[in-house]
Amino acid sequence: MALLEVENLQTHFRTPSGINRAVDGVSFHVNEGETLAIVGESGCGKSVTSMSLMRLIPEPPGRIAGAIRFAGKDLLQMSDREMRAIRGNDISMIFQEPMTSLNPVLTVGRQIRETLMIHQGLDKQAAEAHAVEMLTLVGIPEPKRRVREYPHQLSGGMRQRVMIAIALACNPKLLIADEPTTALDVTIQAQILKLMLDLKRRVGAAIILITHDLGVVAEIAERVMVMYAGRKVEEAPVAELFRSPRHPYTQGLLGAVPKLGSSLSGTTTRLAEIPGQVPDLRKPITGCVFAGRCALATDLCRQYAPGLEEKGPRHIAACHYAAKGAVAA
Amino acid sequence: MSVPLLQVNDLKKHFPVNKGLFGRNSEFVYAVDGVSFEIARGETLSLVGESGCGKSTVGRAILRLFDVTSGQVILDGQRIDDALPSTMRQMRRRVQVVFQDPFSSLNPRMRVRDILAEPIRNFGLAKSATDLETRVTALMDTVRLPREALNRRPHEFSGGQRQRIGIARALAAEPELIVCDEAVSALDVSVKAQIVNLLQDLQREFGLALLFISHDLAIVEHMTHRVAVMYLGKIVEVAPRRQIFAAPRHPYTKALLSAVPLPDPGAKRSPIILGGDVPSPINPPKGCRFHTRCPYVFDRCRTEEPQLRSAEGEQWVACHLDALPTG
Repeated sequence: MALLEVENLQTHFRTPSGINRAVDGVSFHVNEGETLAIVGESGCGKSVTSMSLMRLIPEPPGRIAGAIRFAGKDLLQMSDREMRAIRGNDISMIFQEPMTSLNPVLTVGRQIRETLMIHQGLDKQAAEAHAVEMLTLVGIPEPKRRVREYPHQLSGGMRQRVMIAIALACNPKLLIADEPTTALDVTIQAQILKLMLDLKRRVGAAIILITHDLGVVAEIAERVMVMYAGRKVEEAPVAELFRSPRHPYTQGLLGAVPKLGSSLSGTTTRLAEIPGQVPDLRKPITGCVFAGRCALATDLCRQYAPGLEEKGPRHIAACHYAAKGAVAA
Repeated sequence: MSVPLLQVNDLKKHFPVNKGLFGRNSEFVYAVDGVSFEIARGETLSLVGESGCGKSTVGRAILRLFDVTSGQVILDGQRIDDALPSTMRQMRRRVQVVFQDPFSSLNPRMRVRDILAEPIRNFGLAKSATDLETRVTALMDTVRLPREALNRRPHEFSGGQRQRIGIARALAAEPELIVCDEAVSALDVSVKAQIVNLLQDLQREFGLALLFISHDLAIVEHMTHRVAVMYLGKIVEVAPRRQIFAAPRHPYTKALLSAVPLPDPGAKRSPIILGGDVPSPINPPKGCRFHTRCPYVFDRCRTEEPQLRSAEGEQWVACHLDALPTG
């Protein structure tokens, strides 16, 4: 059984100008110990999906429908009290901006202690000792001194390490990382990615990685789900997705990213553009969500939304025209 | 050799911090600390490096958004770092800028028409009202925005479209050099590709020189002619594109390149992961500034600062290791 099963998740927001269908019927699962990446551009619904999993969407104006089964139990049916016992304990989260997600007036140690005291019922001394252990685990030098420091005394990379320490303090089964390295410099990003991989091996938590950076995806994900305009358009194991993307959007996305080393082959080609823009999610979309920007779109696409079909081994895509079976590379 | 379009000689910019009692400055941020380079006409030079390395400060110094601490900025043979306001005005027309954030760099109260007309009026480029109108509509065509959009205000546009407006505004002054300060960093992947392609087209069409400030090495490799790598206010390596990406020489450049995640799950490589953080530019390390994180550090690096020297052809490196005889 999968650790997390999401079925027909719909997260809609009531806005003055109509209902914004930020996430519109997304289903996926995460197995124990697996790393699933959710990729897409701003406004595709990837962050709203992760916030919905944690039930962090304010209702109203938001409304979450569907089913989110974690270890067999539907999170959407739980009381607030039951949900609080899950958050930070069984499922925890790392956000993009470590400066705004840490409390600036509390010491780092106190923030790590808090989760441990609430969820694990540790007393102050035990929690303090565990906090120091956690900081050591995430590779912060001089952890004994650092627990007494405030977030502003740490660099961006250090703060993100603290976030990871808090997230992992209670040994969660699932870690949701929403753009964990986007705000960091490349050399620091490399440190954090390595840390996440190491910790995953040691702790064995499943990870949902939300990112727009295809390089990061290739580096640490096992399976990838591509979202566009609130829908899932493609899903495949990471190697398969990069080798033979089936959905025209995924193909466009991969073509739009220059690869390091491109100048060495002697031919620098023009970057592939995806013309146009993301559709307005406040208006109902008939047909394929990508039809407006797709070079292959026909009347069929504009009238009927394609369902997710199997296009290869463990590879599904929502496109009327995507090739099935093995694609010659 | 002809005169380069832009010459920067030993540029320094130190910002005072910790204003003490009676406004005395006790410390300085050594944001840019002795940087020299040239840009030829029609050339793209990229400044790369991590946050706080001083790359944006260099860009701003060239635009003369502040006065420099010391050093020279020479545009087409004429010094602009100490030019008087009257001469500076004409020089400003020749160097324009595109900023990172298309949301905060456009005046939300102005219509696109006025945003584009302002530099044309300011520098007296239009002969008549009709000429102004022709120029403004032509700019919209150039950046591939619909002409109807001229009467709209910035908030009605997406990020990518706003960046197009920002580029059109820079082009309005008919510059020779455009400083692109992280101009595509805030954009989504597919939109980023559109803007990168647009910048390359414009460069060819107008023979523009670009100072492309970015931390995204893959984009830099895609569009640059030469690259200067900065670390803590210094250039550590400068070289033509092929050399820097095929055979980086400075240990920092090597680490930087190897840290970029590749969009290729099968790629086999062993990234050099640097320990620690970038030291504070208030108190930069003595000797080579990179010595605290360098995997190849030896005694000399801690005491003596390496100078940029030509390693191979156009490739310049500031590293003691590189100066040692090989073999």
